[in-house]
Parts: sequence; structure tokens; C-alpha cells
Amino acid sequence: MNIMQQLVNGLALGSIYALIALGYTMVYGIIGMINFAYGEIYMFGAYAGLTLALSNYVNVYVALFGAMIITMVLGVVIERIAYKPLRRSSRLSALISAIGVSIFLSSLMVRLKGPNTRGFPKLFENRIFAIGDFQITFYQIVIIGVAALLMLGLHLFVTYSKTGRAMRACAQDQDAAKLMGVNIDRVVSITFAIGSGLAGAAGVLSGIYFNAVQPYMGLLAGLKAFAAAVLGGIGSIPGAMIGGLVIGLTEIMGITFNLSEYKDAFAFAILILVLMFKPSGILGRKANKKV
Amino acid sequence: MKKLLNNWFVQALLFLMALGLTAYVSQVINDVLPPYVLIIGLFIGINLIMALGLNLITGVTGQLSLGHAAFMSIGAYSSAIATVNFHVPFLLGVLIGGLVAGLFGLIIGFPTLRLTGDYLAIATLGFAEIVRVQFTNMKITNGAIGFLGIQGSTTFPIVMTIAVLTIFAMVWLEDSRNGRAMLAIREDEVASSAVGINTTLYKIQAFAIGAFCAGVGGALFAHTTTFIQPTDFGFLKSVDILSIVVLGGLGSIPGTIIGAIVLTAAPEALRSLSNYRMMVYGLLLIVIMIFRPYGLLGGVNLRQAVRRAIMLPKKKQTGRGA
Repeated sequence: MNIMQQLVNGLALGSIYALIALGYTMVYGIIGMINFAYGEIYMFGAYAGLTLALSNYVNVYVALFGAMIITMVLGVVIERIAYKPLRRSSRLSALISAIGVSIFLSSLMVRLKGPNTRGFPKLFENRIFAIGDFQITFYQIVIIGVAALLMLGLHLFVTYSKTGRAMRACAQDQDAAKLMGVNIDRVVSITFAIGSGLAGAAGVLSGIYFNAVQPYMGLLAGLKAFAAAVLGGIGSIPGAMIGGLVIGLTEIMGITFNLSEYKDAFAFAILILVLMFKPSGILGRKANKKV
Repeated sequence: MKKLLNNWFVQALLFLMALGLTAYVSQVINDVLPPYVLIIGLFIGINLIMALGLNLITGVTGQLSLGHAAFMSIGAYSSAIATVNFHVPFLLGVLIGGLVAGLFGLIIGFPTLRLTGDYLAIATLGFAEIVRVQFTNMKITNGAIGFLGIQGSTTFPIVMTIAVLTIFAMVWLEDSRNGRAMLAIREDEVASSAVGINTTLYKIQAFAIGAFCAGVGGALFAHTTTFIQPTDFGFLKSVDILSIVVLGGLGSIPGTIIGAIVLTAAPEALRSLSNYRMMVYGLLLIVIMIFRPYGLLGGVNLRQAVRRAIMLPKKKQTGRGA
């Protein structure tokens, strides 16, 4: 068990958390709302990927892409039905509505697919590449690679596209953006679509990696991803990536040091420490309170 | 009449009468109603006690907490350890549960209450997860297997009496100097500290009292189900309690009572839909929030009517949260 080995394991796990965390952070950045249902969208993505993979043995990349499309649509539908009417009301009402969505989705999945854990079909050979002591599995390469590609794509989209510029404008000042002719509703919908698509991709990747899909898998993963988003500085896209990787690495390090019973607590312990000493997170801007 | 009701002696007398009446009536009900209904009533009472605690934190003081189940679990486990391992009498065990949870509320409150809004919510959520993992790994709580062999000492009259006691305590607290300071913090923290309110002190007070209530509720819960395990007190339990407070109307005591009744009874009433009930429950949360974003009783005159009936000064109606 050398340190490099754990680094790779942590990187693979962290990529999954980072993908979910991106959805949290983007939505928070734009409408200041915690969308607790992201964990369930991630779960839905895993099931969509599973269903696609089981039908006619589609290619893994097709399953991944299909699951992303399905979760994107799901994300937009959820936003339109459950969050849009609440955009002007208090934060708490939106939070409760999101929790309602999350309970609805996980119980819907229990109805559709049963409460049991399901395995993922083998979509491709999982070879192990060894360089001396250091090993990396093909699954890990795919996960890290896909996550890196998606994040790069997101970064390019947000930085260079017109819609991306509109998103950044909305995050900075919604009213001013509106006055400049930005269609806020459209931007919010696109944000939800992108975030949900990333969460869906994360779901498929984790299904492949852990070979387990379950209707309640979204809750803890969602909470940890949220912790990652806060750790990186909520509202900041690179922050969410860093936060996800840090949470993934700590979890793996915890297991290495024989503390695996406590692995679910690590993310939250880090979270509380960060909140106490630097509440704005690693890359977050400090929000000045106006009186 | 109004002057008479503001007299502390008259108030104390009324309070004792109400308490005695509750004890008596619930005893009568206890003998009449079928056990199934009684159990639902019991859980309504337990949820009400915990929700009133959270209402003080989130509704009155405006500090969003997503970790109420942690205090509930601390109360449940410490009272169970007290009654099972140390043979402490039941009611004393409940008090111990409340006190230990309140103590943890104090300890947790000091560092975290410097945070505001969403950050506080996240910190409490993280704390709750840590507590759950800790209980899963402790020897004395029997870890993930669960704590067995707790006496089923909780009865309907006891729960109802404690619930009424809590309601009275909350009404008094909200009307006291401390309660007004807490309300001021919810309305505007910066302004209230500018007029000399020690905001941290009152926030910690609210947090500790709320945690105490959750601990008492947890202790009653443990002695009802006779078996507790860490998964009973997960994130969803915190959400259950928070939904009661938000659905009823933040900061409204009658609202919390109605929320506790509706949300505890709803899953039972939906039992005929068995497989679909959690789906319906989720939809219910969404629909209520869309049509009544300030809660069932938020902005309804009933609240003022109830306040007027018990002769308390009218307070500004707000549904604003953290």
C-alpha cells in the first residue's frame, strides 16, 4: 500500500464527488439555493446507465451519454415544477421543496426497480496496469479521464460561450444581468441541466466503479459532494473540483490508516473545520454583508 | 380580564390547571382509544416536543439547523444508558437525556453559531453525521447492531403532559426578554447587535434549549420503541422535524402543533397507498411549499386569534427564515 496507489484511488473517488459538487456549486452561485435533490439525480443517472447498459449491450460511452441526457431532462423538469414557483420566496421553502423532490425520487426508484442493490454489467474489461509497485485499473483511468474531460468542457463552456458568460453575469448580479437582456429563466434552466448531466455522469461512473446501484445511494453521496462544494468555496467551479478531490483523498487516506468505520465522518469533520476557520472555503470569495 | 391574565400568579394557576387537565384527559383517552391510534398520538407528541425545540432555533431565532436528529440521538442513547445500565428511574432518565443533549447543544453552539445562514445549516448537518458515525462505532451503544432491552416506559399521558409543558414554556420564553431578543436576531442580526443585544449569547441559548427539547423527545422515543440504532437518527429524521416546523409556519407555535399532527399522521393515513406513500409524502412537501411557502399557518389570522385568546401581545407576522 504505497502512497501513490492511495492517491490514485482517492483521485477516482474524488472525481465522482467533484462531478456532483459542480451541480451544487453552480446552482448555489446563480440562485443561492441548495438543491438537495442532486444526490437523487446522481442515483437516477446510475439507474439510467444501468438500464441502458442492460439493453442490447450498448457501449459504455453510449450508456454514459444517454444517462446524462436523461438526467439533464430530469433536472430541468424538477426545476420548472418544484423550484421555479419558489424562486421569490424564502430559502427554507425552496430547501423543503428540494427535500420533497429527493424523497419523491428515491421512493419512485424503489417502486420502479425495487429496494435491492444491483450490480452493474461488465461493460468493458477491467485490466490492471502495473508500473512497479504502482497499479492503476482501467476503470480508474476511465473515471478520472471522463471526469477530467467533462470538467474541461464545463470550464471552456463557462469561460468562452455566450451562455457561459450569461451564467457568470447572473452569479455576479442577477438584477444587472436582467437589465442587460439576459434571460434569467433560461440561464437557470441551463445551469440545472448541466449540473444534473454531470451528476448523472457521476452516477454511471460510480455504478461502474463500485459495481453497486441502490435507490438510497444518493443521500450520502449528495451530502459529501455538498461538503466538497462548501470546502472548495460554494459558488466557485474550480473550488468544487478541488473540494471533491480533497474529500475523496481524505476518505481513502482514512481507510488506509485503518479508520474505515469512520470514513463517512471524515468529509464532515473537514467541513466543520473549514467552516470554522475559513467559512468562504478554499476558493470562495468572502461575501461582505451589507447593512 | 387582560390585567388579570398578565398576573404571574394567575398564569401559574392556569398553567397548573392546564397541566392537570391534560394529564387527566390523556389518561381517559388512553383507556378508550385503540393502541394503534394511541401510538400515533404518542409519536405526534414526541415529534411536537422536538419540533418546538427546533422552532425556537429556526423559527424564532432564525438559525437554520439541519442536525436536530443528532441531539435527539444523544438524548435517546444517554437516557437509554441511564435507565438500562444504571437503573435510573424513567423520568429522571428522560431529564438526563435532555440535559446531555442540551450540554452538547452548548458545546456545539459555541464554535458553530459564529456562522450564519446556510453555512450554519451545513455545519449542523456535518455535526449530525459525525454523531451518527460515532454512535455506530461506540461499544456502550452496541454500535450498528443497536441498543436493545430498553423498557417501554413511555405512556400517552406522560408524553402529552410533557408536550403541554413544552408548549407553555415556549409561549413564556417567546414573550420574555430573551424571546424578544431572539426574535430581533431573526429579523435583523446586525441591527439587533447594534442596539446592544448579545447575539451570540441568545443564539447559544436558543440552541441549547432546542437541543434539550430534542433530547427529551429522543429519550421518550427510545422508551417507546425499546430499541434504537444509529440509522434511526439519520439526516432524514432531521428533515422530518424541520418539515414540521416549516410546514406549520416558521416561528408559530400553533403552526408547529398542526405541523406535528399533519406530518406524523400523514404517512399513517397514506398507509392504504402502502407502496406509494413516501412518494405522496414527497409530493405533499413540494405542493404545500408551492402553495403556502410560509407554512400552513404562515400569515393566517388563526395564529393571531390563538395569541389573542391567550392574551399575548400581537407580534409581527413574518415567515422569513434564516
